[in-house]
Amino acid sequence: MHPTAERIQQVFPEAFQRAEEWRGDLTIHVAPEHLYEVCRFLHDDPDLDFDYIVHVSSVDWPDHPERFEVVYEFYSIRRRARIRVKTRVPEEDCVVDSMTDIWKGADFMEREVFDMMGIRFRNHPNLVRILMPDDYPEGYPLRKDFPLRGKGWRDTFPFLGEKS
Amino acid sequence: MNLIQVGRDHEKDGGLGVHLVTLEKVVNWARKGSLWPMTFGLACCAIEMIASVSARYDIDRYGAGVFRASPRQSDLMIVAGTVCVRMAPVIRKIYDQMPEPRYVIAMGSCATSGNIYDSYSVVQGVDRFIPVDIYVPGCPPTPEALFDGILKLQDQIMQRSVFYKKPPEVAQG
Repeated sequence: MHPTAERIQQVFPEAFQRAEEWRGDLTIHVAPEHLYEVCRFLHDDPDLDFDYIVHVSSVDWPDHPERFEVVYEFYSIRRRARIRVKTRVPEEDCVVDSMTDIWKGADFMEREVFDMMGIRFRNHPNLVRILMPDDYPEGYPLRKDFPLRGKGWRDTFPFLGEKS
Repeated sequence: MNLIQVGRDHEKDGGLGVHLVTLEKVVNWARKGSLWPMTFGLACCAIEMIASVSARYDIDRYGAGVFRASPRQSDLMIVAGTVCVRMAPVIRKIYDQMPEPRYVIAMGSCATSGNIYDSYSVVQGVDRFIPVDIYVPGCPPTPEALFDGILKLQDQIMQRSVFYKKPPEVAQG
């Protein structure tokens, strides 16, 4: 196993689920209730030193009991190392801890995940939609059960009724 | 221009000659020769629009080279690119700010019909909320195709009536 993954397994035996490596990319799977402390450790530990957040994304697995997967990708500028952290949450309780107080850059990316997939982030300073309008009525467009053409919103032009 | 020429203005005698023409035609001729487009690019079509301003293609040959950054100084809107639903009210507002007479060219497949972006967030044709005079096909259209659209628009302008106002042009949906 990758030394970084071993380290995390030692420090967080109850959080660590498994690690996989593919073509040099390390991915670790973490229990969602411990995600924040693992990420705090990844950021603060001087031997790991993941000081840069690359991306936050999410995956919808409609047939899986834990339907949503949140994927964080971190980079250590000093060590030139990357790591991917994945966590799974069920649809009924799709809440994940926000990383905004560790990496400020997580703010917009978590908002995008919330906007597109409907996953909420605990302790996020401003969890509102970022791409779609605040009052977007149709739900979360990147979920697999969302119709590709939407539910009619793209054909509504309320401003046409206004006096121009 | 279908001018009826009287006199000898072809001869280099310094005389102006006489032209008989309707005032409508003169106004339209003046309008078509000085189209001031809005600087308004939304996606990759904007790159072709920019290229058409360059020295190689030179949109100025058609009198349409004075790109303005303000809708209040322009009379041609070239909608160049994919229009998302969130952009639609902005485009409508810009269109409403343009002084009349105003013209719209839907440049490219996206502005015309939404193109392949048959998705929840893309307007399926800009003509759903603003009246379009000319549709230019292509993905993206070449500068030559845009010029063809401009020339067609100029032909159209020559057919317009100047002294009475048309009824409202756009219907919803």
